[in-house]
Amino acid sequence: MSKNSLGREIPETWGGRALRPYRDPFSIQPEGPRAARPIQRVNPGDKKLLGSLREAIEASGLRDGMTIGAHHHLRNGDLVLNSVVREIAALGIRDIGIASSSVHPVHEALIPFIRDGVITRIECGVNGQISRMASTGQLDIPIITRTHGGRARAMMCGDIKVDVAFVGAPTCDDYGNICASRGPSACGVVGYSHSDADYADCVVAVTDNLVPYPAHPISIPQTKVDYVVKIDSLGNPAKIVSTTTRVTTDPIGLQIAKYASIVIELSGLLKNGFSFQTGSGGASLAVAANVRDMMRKQGITGSFGAGGITGYFVDMLEEGLLQALFDVQSFDLKAVASVARNPAHIEMSADMYANPFNAGCVVNKLDCVVLGAREVDIHFNVNVNTESDGTLNGNTGGHADTAAGARLAIVVAPAIRARLPIVRDEVTTISTPGQTIDVVVTERGVALNGPYQALEPELKRRGVPVKSITQLRDEIYAITGAPRPIEFTDRIVGLIEYRDGTITDVIRQVKI
Amino acid sequence: MRINKKAQAGTMQSSDLMVFIEPADDLVIEVESTVQKQFGHLIEARIKQVLKRLAVERCRIAVSDRGALDYAIDARVETALRRAS
Amino acid sequence: MTQSHRLRRSLLYVPGNMPSMLQNIPVFQCDVCVIDLEDAVPRSEKDAARLLSRRFIEGYTQRNKEIYVRINGLDTPYFRDDLAQILPALPDGVRLPKCETPSDLRRLDDLLTEFEEYLGCEIGRFKIIASVESAQAILNVNEIARASERLVALGFSVEDFTANLQIDRPKTGEHLVVPRQLLLMACRAAGIQAIDTVWADTLDQEGYRRECEHIKVLGFDGKSLINPRQIDILHEVLAPKPEEVDYALQVVDAIKGAREQGTGVVSLGGKMVDAPVVARAVRVLLAAKSLGLVDTDIDESVIYGDMAS
Repeated sequence: MSKNSLGREIPETWGGRALRPYRDPFSIQPEGPRAARPIQRVNPGDKKLLGSLREAIEASGLRDGMTIGAHHHLRNGDLVLNSVVREIAALGIRDIGIASSSVHPVHEALIPFIRDGVITRIECGVNGQISRMASTGQLDIPIITRTHGGRARAMMCGDIKVDVAFVGAPTCDDYGNICASRGPSACGVVGYSHSDADYADCVVAVTDNLVPYPAHPISIPQTKVDYVVKIDSLGNPAKIVSTTTRVTTDPIGLQIAKYASIVIELSGLLKNGFSFQTGSGGASLAVAANVRDMMRKQGITGSFGAGGITGYFVDMLEEGLLQALFDVQSFDLKAVASVARNPAHIEMSADMYANPFNAGCVVNKLDCVVLGAREVDIHFNVNVNTESDGTLNGNTGGHADTAAGARLAIVVAPAIRARLPIVRDEVTTISTPGQTIDVVVTERGVALNGPYQALEPELKRRGVPVKSITQLRDEIYAITGAPRPIEFTDRIVGLIEYRDGTITDVIRQVKI
Repeated sequence: MRINKKAQAGTMQSSDLMVFIEPADDLVIEVESTVQKQFGHLIEARIKQVLKRLAVERCRIAVSDRGALDYAIDARVETALRRAS
Repeated sequence: MTQSHRLRRSLLYVPGNMPSMLQNIPVFQCDVCVIDLEDAVPRSEKDAARLLSRRFIEGYTQRNKEIYVRINGLDTPYFRDDLAQILPALPDGVRLPKCETPSDLRRLDDLLTEFEEYLGCEIGRFKIIASVESAQAILNVNEIARASERLVALGFSVEDFTANLQIDRPKTGEHLVVPRQLLLMACRAAGIQAIDTVWADTLDQEGYRRECEHIKVLGFDGKSLINPRQIDILHEVLAPKPEEVDYALQVVDAIKGAREQGTGVVSLGGKMVDAPVVARAVRVLLAAKSLGLVDTDIDESVIYGDMAS
C-alpha cells in the first residue's frame, strides 16, 4: 500500500495488475507503441453476415477468460449486452470480462450470470444494483471505473485487451458499415466504439436495421468490422434517448445556474470563439440557457460545444451561436436528428474527445465546462462515483477529462441534498482531483480555486456570495450537523482510474 | 405529558419526517431514515431531547425520516406528541 | 415609525408547513419572506405549521431579510394561537389578511402590544403589513392606512377582490387601476409603502413582467410573490434609473455636509430635504447596491443620526 498524491491508499497490485498511484493531472508520459490487432484478409465473395448472435460468438473465437467490449449509447434501453451474455452462457463459455463504456440498471439481468461465473470482471463504470451489491459484498465482481478518455487510452495502450467487441449498430449493411444516426434505435453517434473498432481482435456489428449496401453516413467503416448480425431489436427507443432534456424550474437550481453564469461572464472567456460543455442535468442546462442569452445579447459567436449533446446545443448551433458540435453521445431526439442532417454536428470518438495520449484531444480546446457532483471536499476534489452511503454507483464519464482540459471547470451542486452536505472535509471517493477544478457553485456560496480567486471582488459586486471552501463547509455543517463517516472494510471491490492510467482512489466494501 | 392516543405528524416529502406516536408502557424509539448511517445518531438524540423537554416518559414513537434538519425534527415530534396527549 | 427606508420590493410567500421551502429562506434573494400560516396550510395542519415555522424562525438568527408571518384572519379561530406560537420566535412582523376596517388593524395592534409586554419586548417592535382584499376594504383604505403606527405597508390582494367585484381577473389590469391607485394614494398620504398583489400564473413570465412594469408606472414600492423565480424580474423592472441614483447620492452627500457643518436643516438645490426624501434616497441606493449599480455602502446611522422620525 502506498499513498497517492491525493492522500488515498493505493495497493501495489490488484486483480493481477500492477497499479500506478495518481500523481498529477499532466505529467505522466505514455510508453511504447499503440496496441495492435491481428491483420486478416477478406476476399471477394466472403460473407460477413451471420445468422445469429450465437453464430457470431462462435465465429469470433471467444473463449473462457476473454473480454468482450460494448457501448452504452443505448443507455437504459439497451438489449444488446444482455442478449450477448445470454448466448455466451448458453454456449458454456465462462470467466468473461465486460469492457463496455458503462453499465446500467437494465443490465441487472446479468446478475445471475455473474453469480454463475459467466461474467467475472467489469472494466467500466456501473450505474445501478450491480455495483451497489459489489460494494456491500453481496456480489463478487471486481470493477474498474475509467473515464471516457481513459477507456480510449487504456485500449490504445493495451491496458484493456478486448477480444471481441459487440457494437450495437442502429443501421448497418451486410459488410459492416455502421451508421448510428438512422434506424428505429438510432442513438446519434457511436463515439465510444471507435476504440473497440481500432483495437479489439474481433468486431461484431449487431443491428436491428439491416439496409442494402452501402449504409451511410458511416460512423465505423466496414474495414474494421469482422461480422454482422441482425437481431430483432437493439433496445427500447423510449429509454435510449430522452424525448427532451429540460432546464430545471427548481428555484435552487436556477439560483445555482445564475451564479455559475456570472462566473462565466466575469471570467473573460465569453467572447468570439468561446467553446463550452455542460452536463445534461437541469441546473447545468439552466447555465447553458443563461450563457446562450448572454451570447445573444453580446452578439458573440462561439466556436464549438462538446460532449454529450442535448437539444439545447443543437439550437445554439442552428442559431449560429456555435460553429460546430462535437458529439460523443447524443442525449435526446433533437441531437439524434441533428447529427443525421447537419455536417457541423460532428460525431466524435472517445479517443478524439478525451484521450490524453494522442496528438491532442478536444477537451484541450474547451474554454469552459459545467459539471455536476455528488460530493466536493475542501481540496476541491469531486466524487461522482459513490453514493452518500458509500456504495459504488456511477460512471466518471467525461468528468475528469473535461475538468483537466477546460480552462474553466465549474462544479454546480446544491449545498445540501436531503440533509447530506455536498461540501465536506473529504469526499468518500475521489473521481476528479481538485487541482483540475476551478470553481464550486452552490446556492449558499461560491468557492474559487487557485488563480480564479482573483475574480472574488467582481463577483461580490455582482451579488455572488463568494466564500472560502472551508467557510462554505462550516456553514453547511452548521445547518446539517456533521455526518458520521461511512465505515468500510479493508476489502477492495473496485478502482477509480484516472484518464492517464493512474489510480485516484479505490472502492472498499461497505461495512453493513 | 401523558400520551393517551395514537397520533401522527409530518409528511413523506424530502427534508421532512413522519412521526407516529402510540401509548405504551415504556419508551420505545424507532427511527428509519434515508440518511441513517450519516445522521442516525443525531436524529435519535434530537428526538430524545424533545421527549425530555415535554416530560414524556412512556410512549412508542416511530419516525420515518427523509433528511429533515434538526428544527423540523423538533417541530414534528412535538406536534405529534401534543396531538397524542 | 414607518421604517420607510427599508427595501420591500419583493415579498415572497413561503408555505409554513413545508420544511424544504422554509429552510431555503436564507438563500432566496427577496427583500422579505412571508411565512404563510393561512391559505397555504389546511385546517388540520395549522398546529403543525405553527410549530414548524416557529422552530425555523428561532434558528434563523443571522437574518439577511425581513421575516413576516401571515396569520389567519381575525374572523377565524386560529389567529390567536398563530400569534401566541409565532411571536416568541421574534419575526419582524405580522401580515394580516382580509383587513376590512381600521378597527381590525387597531385590534391587531392591541394584541401585539399585549404580546410585547408579555415577552418583554420593546413596544412597537412587531410591525404589520395588512392586505386589503375587498371592495369595502378599498373604500376604507385611507383610514386603514392611518390606523396603526405598526403599519409599514399595505398590500392589495386581487384574487378575493375580483371575486368580490364579481369580475374576471384580467391579465392586463385595466379593471384594477382604480383600486390600485386608491391604495397607493392612501399609502403615500400616510407615509407607508404600497405592495401589489401576487401574479398567480408562474408559467407566464411575459405577462408577469408586463404587470411589474405597470405597477412601477403606478408607483408601487413592491409586490407579493409566490415563486422565487419571480424575484429577479421584479428587481430588474423596479431598478432605479441612473438619474435617480445620482440624485440619491447627492441627497446623502447633502446630509453628510449638513452634519459636518452642524446644521440641522438639509437642503439640496434650494429645496429642503425632508424625511420622505431621505427614505426614498436610501431605498434607491439599497436597490442600486443590490443590483451591482453602486459600490457604496449606505451607512444608515450617519443618515439617521439627526433625522430620526
